[in-house]
Amino acid sequence: MIRIRAAAAVAVLGIACFGAAVLAAGPDVGAVQRQALNWPAIAMFFLFVLGTLGITYRAARQTRSAADFYAAGGGITGFQNGLAIAGDYMSAASFLGISALVFTSGFDGLIYSIGFLVGWPIVLFLIAERLRNLGSFTFADVASFRLDQTSIRILSAVGTLAVVAFYLIAQMVGAGKLIQLLFGLDYLYAVVIVGVLMIVYVAFGGMKATTWVQIIKACLLLAGATFMSLIVLARFGFSPEAMFAQAVATHPRGDAIMAPGALVSDPISAISLGMALMFGTAGLPHILMRFFTVADAQAARKSVFYATGFIAYFYVLTFIIGFGAITYLMNEPAYYVTTPEGTYDRISGLIGGTNMAAVHLATATGGSLFLGFISAVAFATILAVVAGLTLSGASAVSHDLYASVIARGRASDQREVSISKLAAIVIGIVAIVLGYVFENQNVAFMVGLAFAVAASCNFPVLVMSILWRGTTTRGALLGGLLGLFSAVILVVLSKAVWVSTFGFQRELFPYDNPAVFSMPLAFLGIWVFSKLDSSRRAEAERAAFAGQYIRSETGIGAASAHVH
Amino acid sequence: MIGHDQDRVLSNPRFRELVQQRSAFSWTLAAAMLVAYFGFILLVAFAKGFLASKIGSGVTSLGIVLGLGVIVFSFLLTGIYVWRANGHFDPLTRNLTKELRP
Repeated sequence: MIRIRAAAAVAVLGIACFGAAVLAAGPDVGAVQRQALNWPAIAMFFLFVLGTLGITYRAARQTRSAADFYAAGGGITGFQNGLAIAGDYMSAASFLGISALVFTSGFDGLIYSIGFLVGWPIVLFLIAERLRNLGSFTFADVASFRLDQTSIRILSAVGTLAVVAFYLIAQMVGAGKLIQLLFGLDYLYAVVIVGVLMIVYVAFGGMKATTWVQIIKACLLLAGATFMSLIVLARFGFSPEAMFAQAVATHPRGDAIMAPGALVSDPISAISLGMALMFGTAGLPHILMRFFTVADAQAARKSVFYATGFIAYFYVLTFIIGFGAITYLMNEPAYYVTTPEGTYDRISGLIGGTNMAAVHLATATGGSLFLGFISAVAFATILAVVAGLTLSGASAVSHDLYASVIARGRASDQREVSISKLAAIVIGIVAIVLGYVFENQNVAFMVGLAFAVAASCNFPVLVMSILWRGTTTRGALLGGLLGLFSAVILVVLSKAVWVSTFGFQRELFPYDNPAVFSMPLAFLGIWVFSKLDSSRRAEAERAAFAGQYIRSETGIGAASAHVH
Repeated sequence: MIGHDQDRVLSNPRFRELVQQRSAFSWTLAAAMLVAYFGFILLVAFAKGFLASKIGSGVTSLGIVLGLGVIVFSFLLTGIYVWRANGHFDPLTRNLTKELRP
């Protein structure tokens, strides 16, 4: 049955992709930004889709139990998981966005790269092994280990779905715009293709297919970025100083690109952004979920080590790519929108916008075939990230809300997996609709919001329930809600939403990122309300800490490798 | 695990040695990461001129070197942790679980 369905899905998708490409070839005066159809890119992307659908087909045949569906049967090795984590984490936004930031302002791009990286050591030192020892499928397993199942599962599911929703909207809108530019496809087709593919990967192939999509994407992205960086560096005899010197000579801002600029305007914003990036990483549900795909705590530890290595390497590459784009592109009018007199804005005048810096550099370093490759990789990158998000959201619905709260642990494995597949389909459809609705909205703040919620709700609840004996259900629930709502409300009152989206005159919250307030508020709330909690349940929960502590530190009693 | 067994584990000297050593080690590394990162962020916020200063006769600034340094440092820290955990904490855990098994 599953085999037939998977085969049918392959066929439908093939037709959908091809059909969309053909339809999009028709004249369309409305879409000013759209480029001519990029056939090499479409062909390479088509190959990627065929390959990953083949994997999905195989994975669907091997996926039987809930452990298979949520955790790939625990059969992923530390190295594979490290690659998959990197593939889950390195989004198209960080590839194109950070290289664009380096292109426009040099040093400032580095601030983001570092922020996105430094959460990983914290995950390794404090969370990864304990998470693997305590949980089986979702981080809510761990947060609710000794606390009340109903309330903590609901809180974790809300935290998960909020992060997934904000992140997904940003990814879908980004995907639509990007694919319009790279492939010459209509915005709507792009959003539908992304949505349908992610439903197929997750609903048919579960964690196994998602993992392999992420691994393949990570390899392609790292290979493409490495190639580009090597060509750039070779031009300067592998001397970074020579590359920087050329960039300073070419860039309109001159030597200012070597120093902190306007990105971080005041100390509070700098620290707030830093906290959101660092601790948000440690609270992203789709990332935390990946630690259950490996056999034990030891493998979980190794996966973070490899992931940190790949991600660190990738951010160094984006830095080189950004500077390479300055030196390669800024003197070439061919990459710019020019006036009849032949002048152009070297920073903001790039064809397709500054986010296309890495894409234009692909043409400059490797010609149109390489451009096709990088475009296909960018598309694959989006798919891998949204698949991970969808799986995480679907698991929160089926494993946390359905199995633990609604069915109170009495649901069969089969039924739980069916609910999860259904949830994946619903999430995919909602994502397509939201992607369409938000087409012309500014969604740049959504990724920041996702990280802020992760840092202000998921992370504090998880860390306090694992590490502090005194945490009670009431404390975790009220503190977590405090973090969640303060993060969302402060973002709504900040400039990005209050002024840019709602059109009010002045923002009510002066900083871009709320984490510096909302995250301590969550920790404080958990501490205060736990301390004040003198109920009998609270006593039992504190007493249950000893058992949790032993298991989290030694792995005695931990869920086995699921392998059968 | 029932109450009596738990007390046996919690008071086991090997268990106490393992968790004390490991938590001291991992919190030290976490603190090092926090200091390095927020130190860098504070420099970005308060000492822009310092980060803009040149390291040699060329254009490369101290900020770029320090920033790339934080990236390399993060990876080195994870390497140090994994090396110590594989070589020291894993054997301790294995001995402990062997001892506790009835």
